[in-house]
Amino acid sequence: MGRARKLLVGIGTGVAVALAMLTRRHMPEEHARRGSVAAIGWAFLLSFGASVSLTVIYALGGQPQAEGAMLFVALGGLSVGLVLWSHLLMPQGIYVEERKLTFDEPEEMEEAEEAFVEGAEQIGRRSFLGKMLAAAVGALGIAFLFPIRSLGKAPGRALFQTAWKAGARAVTEDGLPVRAASLLENSVLTVFPEGHTDAADSQTLLIKTPPGVFHPRSGREDWSPDDIVGFSKICTHAGCPVGLYQAATSQLFCPCHQSVFSVPEGCKPINGPATRALPQLPLAIDGDGFVIAQSDFPEPVGPEFWNFGRH
Amino acid sequence: MVIKRSVEWVDERVGVSGFTHDTLNKVFPDHWSFLFGEIALYAFVVLVATGIFLAMFFNPSLATKIYHGAYAPMRGVRVSAAYGSALDLSFSVRAGLVMRQTHHWAALVFIAAIVVHLCRIFFTGAFRKPREINWWVGLTLLILALFNGFTGYSLLDDLLSGTGLRIAYSIALSIPFLGTWMAFLLFGGEFPSDQIISRLFFTHVFIVPLLIIGLISVHLALIWRQKHTQFPGGGRTDRNVHGIRFWPSYATESVGLFFGVASVLTLLGGLAQINPIWLYGPFRVANVTGPAQPDWYLGWLEGALRMFPAWEVRIGGVVIPNPFFPAVLLPGITFMMLYAWPLLERRFTGDYAAHHLLERPHDRPVRTALGVAALAFYVVLFLAGSNDLIAKWFGMPVETVTWVLRIGVIVVPVVAGYVMYWLMSAYRRSGASQFTKVPLAYFRHPRRGPLPRARI
Repeated sequence: MGRARKLLVGIGTGVAVALAMLTRRHMPEEHARRGSVAAIGWAFLLSFGASVSLTVIYALGGQPQAEGAMLFVALGGLSVGLVLWSHLLMPQGIYVEERKLTFDEPEEMEEAEEAFVEGAEQIGRRSFLGKMLAAAVGALGIAFLFPIRSLGKAPGRALFQTAWKAGARAVTEDGLPVRAASLLENSVLTVFPEGHTDAADSQTLLIKTPPGVFHPRSGREDWSPDDIVGFSKICTHAGCPVGLYQAATSQLFCPCHQSVFSVPEGCKPINGPATRALPQLPLAIDGDGFVIAQSDFPEPVGPEFWNFGRH
Repeated sequence: MVIKRSVEWVDERVGVSGFTHDTLNKVFPDHWSFLFGEIALYAFVVLVATGIFLAMFFNPSLATKIYHGAYAPMRGVRVSAAYGSALDLSFSVRAGLVMRQTHHWAALVFIAAIVVHLCRIFFTGAFRKPREINWWVGLTLLILALFNGFTGYSLLDDLLSGTGLRIAYSIALSIPFLGTWMAFLLFGGEFPSDQIISRLFFTHVFIVPLLIIGLISVHLALIWRQKHTQFPGGGRTDRNVHGIRFWPSYATESVGLFFGVASVLTLLGGLAQINPIWLYGPFRVANVTGPAQPDWYLGWLEGALRMFPAWEVRIGGVVIPNPFFPAVLLPGITFMMLYAWPLLERRFTGDYAAHHLLERPHDRPVRTALGVAALAFYVVLFLAGSNDLIAKWFGMPVETVTWVLRIGVIVVPVVAGYVMYWLMSAYRRSGASQFTKVPLAYFRHPRRGPLPRARI
């Protein structure tokens, strides 16, 4: 028999044995064992080859897809070989081992309990010392909690205010001030107070609304000069930037949880889980034609917290 | 010869032959459904191995620099050291991308295997006395795995994970009375603080893995001590264990399974792109990606956040913000119910006895129906986590999809649970050996069929 035919017969027997194992048919034992050895040997050889290839691929500079494929074959060959080895050539017979329903005999458990209670009584007799010990350990435990306080600043007023101040110029992410006249109708611009382009809580959307579209709340008629409105960009639901503006409906969308805010109605939430309007920033235009803030937001921006109403 | 001599060397000094003998001959029951826990274990081994490699290159710092690395489209962009080092280890470190992607895939498979394993334990009653402790240990492992998955993909300081952190901060903030302090202490101040990445890194690579390793050890030690459960039939009882010996058959097969898990994970890591942070871009406070979905195992929470109506509670001056209900209360109740399940079931069935034989799902139609109803509930929540994508596929408004899912989250579990109860009751009453062999009459008149003989 030529070598190639021997190999083919080997593979064939291996596959047959694997199938036989799956279908639980019987085979002459000698054939089965030889086929199993051949199949397992092939699996290990394949793995060997893949590991050599992996080394070559790595040495040549590496290539993620080829590395993944070769790792698959190298590890997979070992897996197939070992599982077949266990199932085909190692004792599989049903072995039976006894076990107890519960672990210890009642007498043993009782003895152990007694020993414990006896020891505990010796401690319990000194009840004064016991109480003092409990107090000391308790105090130490509480003292050990203090380092947790060092983990962060106290919330204080941080959540109630942003970096916007009366007269602060609105600047883009790159720090450029915004000229009111340069804003086109329905354009949207993310701005920060000048000098605070890293202040996450101060991000604000400037929207130049078409004339007559925006209905200011009473008392806020002078907050939107030249129909330019400013609203906090942080969603009042879970804090994502409200990134999408649909000009046709004048609505703002939050891509995280699909809250929708109606700009003409003061960014009132009209859909999705948000419960509160985006806070409005009172705007003005300074003598040089730049957009400025009249003051900070009138209420906390972003997601709500338990005492946010006490501003 | 070498093996024999080294065994003797150890035995003469430590005296392990008795224990070793018992160990080698230990009998393990065999069933395909017992493999999921092992798959989880081996995925964790792959996580540790690839994670050690990644930690050699990742720089958990928010110091910014201009990117000049191998990925041309990002050159000249200001990035954090964390994001930059993740790009470098993906594009410039040889085998780095395979390691990173394998790590991420292993995390997904790790948690998936734990969840399927949990279902197997639940539906076969393997949590009953004396295995309640291992049920609780396993649940704690699941929580730790979820948490470490989140801290892991949040490390990279890309735009998608930054958005996830922003939401996590808002959820912490929503807790009544404690929220503001908790958020500030966890994040080191108002979002985004300069502390968060280094804290996440230490948590992800040290604290949580250490807890996981400790609890896995307890988990395995208890299985060893209590011996594995087995299905009834073929002479298997509560007082014996039928199976194959640990050495050499079981050990060889199990090592084979490890290589199998590793092989599939590396194939995914090499060929299936995952978390392409270079496409999301670096985190910027005012930017956001859309659509934005978390990894699969947080999909149910994301869905709950999207689906929960615009409700909040105001009592006096105190507000309980909207995210508290879907993102704090819901997972709280979920895990409370899971932890309490062995105690609840024992109370309702009055079965306080120890069991080593497993039940089949149809032996306990009520438990199975409740389990399936719960699974259906979380599947609908999971779908809601992609309501924007579903709306896009079907060309419907997001609001419509959300409303359909809001109704579905109540209706689907009820229907699924009822159907399951009906099928399992008929199966049980028929006493058939296989589900496909149950006579149709039993399904038509589930209450009329005769009860089968007691099984055990």
